[in-house]
Amino acid sequence: MDTIITSKILLASALPMLTALLVMFSGKKPNLREVWSLAGALLTFLSVLSLLPHILAGGSYEYTLATLYPGVNIKFHLDGLGIMFAGTASFLWILAGFYCIGYMRGLEEHAQTRFYVCYAVSVGAAMGAAFAGNLFTLYLFYEIVSIFTYPLVAHHQDGEGYAGARKYIVYLMFTSKAFLLPAMIIIYMQCGTLDFCYTGVVSGIFPEGANKTLVVVSYLLCLFGFAKAGIMPFHNWLPSAMVAPTPVSALLHAVVVVKVGVFSICRVMLSVFGVQMLQDLSLGMFTAYFVSFTIITASIIALSKSNLKARLAYSTISQLSYIILGVAMLTPNSITGGLVHIANHAFSKITLFFCAGAIFVACGKKDIKEMGGLGYRMPITMIAFGLASLSMIGVPGSAGFVTKWFLALGAMDIGSIGILVVLLASSLLNAGYFVPVFLTAFFGKVAPADKGLSGSLENKPLIMFMVVPLLITSIISIILGIYPDLFLSIIHVMIN
Amino acid sequence: MHMEKYLILNTLSYPILSMILMVPLVGALISLLIKDEQRLKIFGLLVTLVTLVLSLPLFTCFDLHTAKYQFAELRAWFPLLKLNYVVGVDGISVLLVLLTTFIMPFCILCSWRYINKRLGAFIFVTLVMEAAMIGVFISLNTVLFYIFWEAMLIPMFLLIAIWGGARKDYASIKFFLYTLCGSVFLLVAIVALYIKTGTFFIPALMDQEYSFAYQMWIFLACALAFAIKIPMYPFHTWLPAAHVEAPTAGSVILASVLLKMGGYGFLRFCLPMAPAATIYCMPYLIALSLISIIFGGYLALGQTDIKKLIAYSSVGHMGFVTLGIFLLNDQGLKGAILQMINHGITTGGLFIMVGMIYERTHSREIADNSALGMVIPIYVTFLGIFCLSSLAFPGTNSFVGEFLVLLGAFKRSTLVGFLAIPGAILAAAYMLRLLQRMVWHDSDGHAHHHDENEADDHSHVLTDLSFRELSMVVVLTFFVFWIGLYPAPLLNIMDASVTHLLGQISVGGAVADPHAGHHALLELGSWIKQVMTF
Repeated sequence: MDTIITSKILLASALPMLTALLVMFSGKKPNLREVWSLAGALLTFLSVLSLLPHILAGGSYEYTLATLYPGVNIKFHLDGLGIMFAGTASFLWILAGFYCIGYMRGLEEHAQTRFYVCYAVSVGAAMGAAFAGNLFTLYLFYEIVSIFTYPLVAHHQDGEGYAGARKYIVYLMFTSKAFLLPAMIIIYMQCGTLDFCYTGVVSGIFPEGANKTLVVVSYLLCLFGFAKAGIMPFHNWLPSAMVAPTPVSALLHAVVVVKVGVFSICRVMLSVFGVQMLQDLSLGMFTAYFVSFTIITASIIALSKSNLKARLAYSTISQLSYIILGVAMLTPNSITGGLVHIANHAFSKITLFFCAGAIFVACGKKDIKEMGGLGYRMPITMIAFGLASLSMIGVPGSAGFVTKWFLALGAMDIGSIGILVVLLASSLLNAGYFVPVFLTAFFGKVAPADKGLSGSLENKPLIMFMVVPLLITSIISIILGIYPDLFLSIIHVMIN
Repeated sequence: MHMEKYLILNTLSYPILSMILMVPLVGALISLLIKDEQRLKIFGLLVTLVTLVLSLPLFTCFDLHTAKYQFAELRAWFPLLKLNYVVGVDGISVLLVLLTTFIMPFCILCSWRYINKRLGAFIFVTLVMEAAMIGVFISLNTVLFYIFWEAMLIPMFLLIAIWGGARKDYASIKFFLYTLCGSVFLLVAIVALYIKTGTFFIPALMDQEYSFAYQMWIFLACALAFAIKIPMYPFHTWLPAAHVEAPTAGSVILASVLLKMGGYGFLRFCLPMAPAATIYCMPYLIALSLISIIFGGYLALGQTDIKKLIAYSSVGHMGFVTLGIFLLNDQGLKGAILQMINHGITTGGLFIMVGMIYERTHSREIADNSALGMVIPIYVTFLGIFCLSSLAFPGTNSFVGEFLVLLGAFKRSTLVGFLAIPGAILAAAYMLRLLQRMVWHDSDGHAHHHDENEADDHSHVLTDLSFRELSMVVVLTFFVFWIGLYPAPLLNIMDASVTHLLGQISVGGAVADPHAGHHALLELGSWIKQVMTF
């Protein structure tokens, strides 16, 4: 199918930026501020949706905004991978918009204008990354995400907030300057362009006879440079970022920010290096085993955390590496499994974070041990949590199962028992740290302070702003397990 | 003498280069007659703006397809010595001339309230300074060049010595001595070149062939002068002192234009006149540049005074410029020239921002100027933009320059490329640290936000940007993004001249055989090698 050249694809990243401006100028009026946020989110999603049919038919969109130097452009190119990420993120932004109202008002947070502005810009920049048509554009938006999420992480402006935010920015800026920048230059030097390869995922942009050592070096620099993907050893920023308000942890640090990292790595692997090159240099299997370490280790650390958000953070680190694992195995099945997990994990993990935030607003609890009996006072929240957990574990019928099915198929395609063992072990570990939360909520001992308290915590209007979105996302994470066709067909179009 | 073959004589209706040289000079003289302070400021601003407008055809009418010196004027001056008044610009100097005329109105504007004594003298000195700086960039004659080069010292010395801060005497004399020491060697080189060739005409001097030994001496004499000016490690110590004590306008002139003369000198003298020596010395100068980049960044990281921090960051940025120059490839040279322009805009902007906050809090310490985010948000927004530009954030001007220099470095050698990367990391570290402390919280780590009383104090005292201040930063911001997103016009202007320069180096470098050189010179070379490895 053909490539349509249109500036229409700028809308998806321009709308959130415009939203941010409107929010900024209506700073004194909370209602108006939230209306702009929701309207911006909705319009962004619709603008992405309007591009879907052409992509599903195998086409793509393209637009070049500016040229810095021959081969270094600000260029947008939308294909299946991009629209899957952009669609997921913008859809979840709508729900997160409602959730923010409940959370921020419920806790009477300060500096809400700043919060909404940075929130919108971050989403807009992530859209830009999803639509990026070359490595420079990707890098540009990747960095904008880093800068604009800093105020969100430091939101509470206390010692803990500053310490977390500092770690956050140091990790992200250091890796991007130290690894990504040289990687980009080496790639440009070898290829004479930073544009992605738009014709399938098999061949990359490297010319015949490229210096193999430099290819390997630039690949490794990319792998570690996109630290937002949370691959160990550059993962520590993510638990630190949990000091942010929960809507930030939910949308940004489970979906937008981390997925920008993972998306970038996938994009670079598939559209810069290409399957053929990675296979020839055995970089695929190296990456697969490397991220397997992250999958297992992060899960083990998650087991040891009793703070709910911390546990979720380590679970995120582990799950993100699934995506890279899938792509790294370099078979059609495994790549499908990896990429579809970008969406699957998004819906499930945002639910879990939404639940954690709702619990915190409703009764101020952060620690799992204190949540005994909470299931009876917040039934919808805890059931949603259970559903999302099922998807995380990969129980058949849930979104996570689709991922693991394809990953397992991929592992068998390449005949790697090791990867299969990793998949199995991590599923068990997932169960190990999610099931106890659910069990505690319904069957655990009620904390002494809560003795005698009863009645629903979910009936206040502000809490409803949080409960409804999390219910929706939890249901979607099941639906995606039963009807996975939409995302699978998008990926199918892209791979072939 | 066939001077015309190097020149394209001016065809505009007015002698553009002489005009932009004379307008500030005449303006300076007229300013002596004005007594009223408000009128003096407005007059100064008008003169700089007129100069800017007069210089614009340099950009719009520039012929992109030639490396010859354009808009040239040639008049007999001192026939006995074959000395002519000859001025002209090529793709390298035209950008620096434009940078000078562009930045000068800001120097007057940012002094609107800052300078409150001897205003008449200030306007006079600033305008003379402008003329001298333009003179340096347009001179095509070593004597003219040297006259303007030296003429610049006095106004700059006065700017620091009269309107400077507490340690102005120390700073101004240090500045004066350092640069004077350098220019003595430059004078020696100019005289030596005249004795050898019998001409002062710079393009003709470039076309001569010199023995390797002779080139080496010329190179060293010139390089010393320019290395002090730019400044390059280990000659950088005058810069922080001068910057900290200078008034805002002085810092802006110093950072935006004066430092660029070092880079310009390398490009105009060292590279084309001593190509073989340049190639011979390339590794050492690359090494010194890398040290400047890392050392400057490292020192900037530890500063508590905002101006000092920016001063050391300049050492690092200028390290990127000299690195780009001595990579001797297309990307490196273009990156270096672009980085000179970028640094002029961005660091000029940063110094203007520091001046603004100093006018409000009377302190340049980071600790005294922290937690401003909630108090003066517009100021902080622009501060953020300039800081991000300074750390070469993609989409801003410095990124393009740094990208090109790094690209050139990786092309020269992967090792050099990787050694320059820590400079980029350090830039991010010190700029984000500065930004974090000024916007968010005190240096002792406690959150300002909870300290309601103090926050109230701040908001009573501090006012956000006025219209005058806003207009300055908006214009500078426009250029930050314009060059960041669409640098092609600038790169096109320098293209022909850079290609020509590279041609001169490869031809001259191939002709002169270092091994046929003078014995003493080889010894000198090995001596440098020893010092460097030590």
